[in-house]
Amino acid sequence: MIGLTHYLVVAAILFTMGVLGIFLNRKNLIVILMAIELILLAVNLNFVAFAGFLHDLVGQVFAMFVLTVAAGEAAIGLAILVIYFRGRGTIAVDDVNRMKG
Amino acid sequence: MIQAIAFYLFAAVVVISAALTISSRNPVHSVMWLILAFFNAAGLMVLVGAEFIAMLLVIVYVGAVAVLFLFVVMMLDIEVAEVRAGVARYFGFGLLIAAALFAEIVFYAYGAVGTGSLQLAQRVAPINNAVPNINAIGQLLYTRYIFIFEAAGLVLLVAMIGAIVLTHRERGGTRYQSISRQNARRPEEATRNTQPTVGQGVQL
Repeated sequence: MIGLTHYLVVAAILFTMGVLGIFLNRKNLIVILMAIELILLAVNLNFVAFAGFLHDLVGQVFAMFVLTVAAGEAAIGLAILVIYFRGRGTIAVDDVNRMKG
Repeated sequence: MIQAIAFYLFAAVVVISAALTISSRNPVHSVMWLILAFFNAAGLMVLVGAEFIAMLLVIVYVGAVAVLFLFVVMMLDIEVAEVRAGVARYFGFGLLIAAALFAEIVFYAYGAVGTGSLQLAQRVAPINNAVPNINAIGQLLYTRYIFIFEAAGLVLLVAMIGAIVLTHRERGGTRYQSISRQNARRPEEATRNTQPTVGQGVQL
């Protein structure tokens, strides 16, 4: 029978994939944003799994708010990416040093 | 039994597509795998009884966020070979960090949940199986969490305005409508009375 632990392990794997993605794609900020989306998906999966197995609806409501913030974050992040690429012609993380002074 | 099969199917596809998301050479393929991951995560959420969140995930992510990613990937002209250059250098370190993180999370998950059944002392909004999921969420969202809901709308508004302001740029040579000039215009300066003789026509 599928229990809460199964869901937690899947969410943990997803979260770890997201963190690994941030490390692997140092040359590509878009994939880093996608990795952050994966992390937030893992968090949402945890919220929903806890809400389901503890029979409390608040987890689902909170997952909705996480979804909202994730959508806003993606929009703002991609906008910053676009204007950064316009100015520099690259999206590698190592080259982001404009505010170094 | 069916539930277990569906769970393992969805979970396997989620994990595989997440791995392919972060390891694809082409960012467009990454977006496609991300969409697949979100679809199957929505399936996992349906299995646990959260239909509304699952639908929201598909609509918001596949319908909006993934398309946004796709647009940006296609707008930016990135060289794929250059993008993959640093992978080997950071792979070992990243794998180490990720393995440590995974071990910690699973350790605590088993420690907190795996030893016995977890129960809430008090439920804020108990799930009633007679009420549909979307109905129950709506009742909760528009009463108890109305202010947080409004704040979420405000977050989206700020994100929208911020994205527009950030990416907007003035292009030279574009003519804009000037409403104040239009309103200040009088008939005297726009028209002219002439009295042409018959057969001569009008000189403009």
